[in-house]
Order: sequence, then structure tokens, then C-alpha cells
Amino acid sequence: MDWAALRVSLWLGAGTIAILLPLGVWFGRLLAVREFNGKLLVEALVTVPLVLPPTVLGFYLLVTFGARSPLGQVFQALIGHSLPFSFQGLLLASAIANVPFVVQPIQRGFEAIPSEVRDAAACCGLTPWQRFLRIELPLAWPGVLTASVLTFAHTLGEFGVVLMVGGNLPGQTRTLSVAIYDRMQAFDDRSAGVMAATLLAISVVTLMATTALSRRVNPHRA
Amino acid sequence: MRDPALSVRLRQSGPIPLDVEFSCHSGEVLAIFGPSGSGKTTILRSVAGLYRPSHASIRSGAETWTDTDAGTFIPPHRRAVGLVFQEYALFPHLTALGNVMAALGHRPRAERRSRADAMLNLVRLGDQAAKRPHALSGGERQRVALARALAREPAVLLLDEPFAAVDRSARRRLQNEIDSLRRTLDMPLVLVTHDFEDVVRLASHVLMLERGRAVAYGPISTLMSRPDLSWLREAVGLGSVFDATVTRVHADRGLVELTFGGGTLLAPARNVAMHAAVRVRIPAREVVLATSPPTGLSLHNVLAGSVMAVHIDTAFEAVVVQLAVGNIVMLAEVTRDAVSRLEIGVGQRLHVLIKSVSIELQAPGADRAERGRYLDTV
Repeated sequence: MDWAALRVSLWLGAGTIAILLPLGVWFGRLLAVREFNGKLLVEALVTVPLVLPPTVLGFYLLVTFGARSPLGQVFQALIGHSLPFSFQGLLLASAIANVPFVVQPIQRGFEAIPSEVRDAAACCGLTPWQRFLRIELPLAWPGVLTASVLTFAHTLGEFGVVLMVGGNLPGQTRTLSVAIYDRMQAFDDRSAGVMAATLLAISVVTLMATTALSRRVNPHRA
Repeated sequence: MRDPALSVRLRQSGPIPLDVEFSCHSGEVLAIFGPSGSGKTTILRSVAGLYRPSHASIRSGAETWTDTDAGTFIPPHRRAVGLVFQEYALFPHLTALGNVMAALGHRPRAERRSRADAMLNLVRLGDQAAKRPHALSGGERQRVALARALAREPAVLLLDEPFAAVDRSARRRLQNEIDSLRRTLDMPLVLVTHDFEDVVRLASHVLMLERGRAVAYGPISTLMSRPDLSWLREAVGLGSVFDATVTRVHADRGLVELTFGGGTLLAPARNVAMHAAVRVRIPAREVVLATSPPTGLSLHNVLAGSVMAVHIDTAFEAVVVQLAVGNIVMLAEVTRDAVSRLEIGVGQRLHVLIKSVSIELQAPGADRAERGRYLDTV
């Protein structure tokens, strides 16, 4: 059992959620309540990581954030080393790969709120912030929860992007799913089996926790 | 002339055409009446600040809420407006109490709970405070929405098709409730409806709307005594509307005597109390005119009237005669042939015959105990 890989996987999952959730709530709500020119294109772009092969995504991320690219150089100056083959680079790649998993459920969550309910909140004298915190966010909560779970689960299972952008550095960028592949290549079926079972267990527990939580917070429940 | 509590002018050519101008004082009920799609809801939304027409001037008392010429626009949450939405738009994740408390942000925190309780008691939902909207009946949801709108202590109360989604008996009760609230609230009330019964029951003033344009506007009795509103005639039929008082109850005959500005009428009614104020509608088609006093009729009501105007509506092959009966204006719809036979002309004195059963009576419900308590308890 590769404990370092488990730690990298969990940190990556948590970090991705931490980065994406605030952005996802802001952007998902924007897509849900606003009509603007080019909305279709924006929605398509948000969905792209969902349909793109992970290796293709990884390739473009490498090109975009590689040491020779302008963006890569900016990051190099900021964090002292190049993004590819580092945990930060992996986190950034993971965040980008997970955009559709965060934005779409949150967008659906906000879309499910009838516009009259939003209007009624305004007519009750609630300021835009109060409306967001006391009415909209609690009602869109199931969507936010789904987004978090999907992102976490998807991050744990991500393989192609991790391998392309992160490589396979122990304790840095080697996640549990990469470690499983690694062990299988070395004919170490036992270790691979333990780690696979660990991932399975984490997934099941996550889903159970989600179901329990969503039952507790579902605003429409009886 | 005092400042109207609410004065509104809206004009735009599209996407929803609007061309209306109206004002409404405290204690008045303005019914905006028209077919669906005529822009009624858009008018309410504009007053609330939820919709911004291209040209608008909306003032509440001394406050300007919208003035497109001056570039003034107060956002909805800073307008003291109570809006009851057609589908109520309650917050599904909050209890009835929570819904009402959400509208009490303008009050100190310590007061909110007791005020919310008082508002729920006002709409007789004190015992349902802990329930969420989905556990309430349609009528109860409507009353929560009403309590929430009033909790804001609005300068104007707006009701969007308030009875559209409740059954008939709940509708009657809610009408009574709103009618008695109106008498105790010091604010103008604007009611949007496509149901003429709501208009007759509640309105003091009417604005008739057709494709965003006001086709008629004025006090209900004046408007309903106009013979030339072909649109109203197509929609519900012409008929005069006026207020009367119950001056005698013939319980054994199932009749009541109504005294109004033109004399007395006998009308069939049950459960109407002595001295009750009622609203009467007499359909123009049910009024018969005679040049000499009739005898030997089953009819109860024969009044004296004089012809004010004769309106020939070419589209209908019928003539609407406008009559002064005392200080009330009544309408009678007769054939062209009858007009020429009786030689009906302006100034002529006629006998106006009305069948008792054709008199439509809108009596406030017996349920009046709550009346007057709003201001004391809240």
C-alpha cells in the first residue's frame, strides 16, 4: 500500500474542490440566471473537458503551462519551479479537467429555483447578498453537493491527465490510480489489489455520505 | 387633492407593448382586468421594480421609484412593496414563519419573531407556523404569501391573480379576507385578474387592459354604467355595478331588501345580515323598459328612470340605453325594434323592470371577526 499516493490523491481531491467550488458557484449561477450573447459557446467550452480524451487535455495543458510558454514562465517566476511534474501543476490540471463536473450540477441547481422565488426574495427587501445566502444557495445546495462529490470522485480516478501533466513522482504527483497502474506493470498484483480496494471503499463511503447529507439538506423534502 | 399613494405611467412599444397611466389612493382597490397576455402581470412587475419598461414613471407618495427620464431606478428590495405572486413563490426551504420573517429585515431582530407570529395570526395561520409550504394547502400557501407581503409593511400591496390557483370555496374566503384587510390597511391595493367576479367583488376602481393598452379606466360604478365598452360587453356582458345596504331581511321568502341611491330592490339572498353593505350588479340584458306602469307581473322591482343616452352598437344589432335611476346609472340592453317602438329618446321617463333573480349580489362573508384587528395587534 502506497500511503504517499493515497495522501496525494486525497489532497488533490480536496484541493480541486477548494479551488473550483467558489468559482463554480459564481459561474454556475451566472449561467443559470443570466442571458448573454455567446452563452452557448461558453457552455460548450465549459463542457469540453468532459468529452476530450484526457491525454489530449493533458497535452494542451503541458503546452500551455510548459516551461517554454509565456504562462509557464509566469508560474515559474511565481512558485520557483515549472508547473508540469509538480503538485501545483497537477492541481491546476485537475481543476481545469473538473470544470464541467462542478459548473454543470451547480448551474442546474440554480436553474431549478423558479425566477418568481428569486423575485419574491427581492420584494421581501432582501439585498442581493442576502438573497444569495439565505434563499438561493440553500435551494441550490443539492447541486453544490453533487458538484463536490463528482469532482472528488473524478479526481481520485483521473489517470490520463495525471500521467501527462504530473508524471509519476512519488509523494508529489503519483496518485493512487497511477500507483495501481505502476504496481500492475511491476506484476505486484497484491499491492495493486489493496489500493484498488481502498479506492473502491473511499468511493462507496463518499457516495453514502452524500446520500445521507442530501437527505438532511434537501429543501424540498417532506 | 392629496398626493396619490401610487401613480404609474408606463409606455413602451415592445417586446411587451404597454401604454397605461393610473393612480391609486390609500384604501382604494384598483383592479387591472384583462385577458391573459394583455400585460397585466408586467404592470405589477414594473411597479415592484422587477421589470423595467423603456418609458416609465412610478411614484409612491413622495418617493420616486422609477423615472426613466431622470434615470431614477430604485431596486426592488428598496421599494416598500408587497407583492403576492400568482403561484405564491414561497421559499420552499423555509417554514411559514420563516417565509414571513424573511420579509421583516427592516425591523429590529428582537421584534421579528413576534411580528411574524402576529402576521400569521392575522391570516389565521398561527397554528401552521412550523409547516413548510409543501405541507400547506393552496389556500394556506396563499395566505402565507399574503402575510409575507404585508410583513414588509408596504406602501402598496400588489396581488397577481390571487385567486387563480385555489378552489371555489377557498376563493370566496380569500376574497372576504382581502376585502376586510383592505378596510383596515392604509395603503393602495392593486389587483390583477382575468376574472370579472373578482372585479365586482373587490374593486373600487378598474383599469381594463387590452394588449398592454388601457381601454377604460375609472371608478367601478362609473365604468360599469358606460354603454360603449364593446370590449367589456364581449368579455362578460354589460351591467351596472353599485353599492347598497341591506335594510330588511325576509328570511321566510328568501329575499332581502336593498336600499341604494335609486330606491329599493328586492333580491334573493341567504346568509346576508341586516345593515350589511353589499355590492350589486344588474346585467344590462336583464333590464326591461316600459313606458307605462306595468300591472299583474311576477316582478318585484319596478323603478323610475330617465334616459341619459342611447348607444347603438352596430356590431351587436342591439341598443344599450343608459338610464338615471335616482343617483345611480343603470344600463338596459334592448333591441333596435324596441327602441323605435317605444320611441326611446334622451330625457324620456321610463319604468325600469328588474327580475329579482337576475340581481347579482356580492355580500361580504359573515366572517368579519378579524376586521379592524390588524392595526391593534400589529
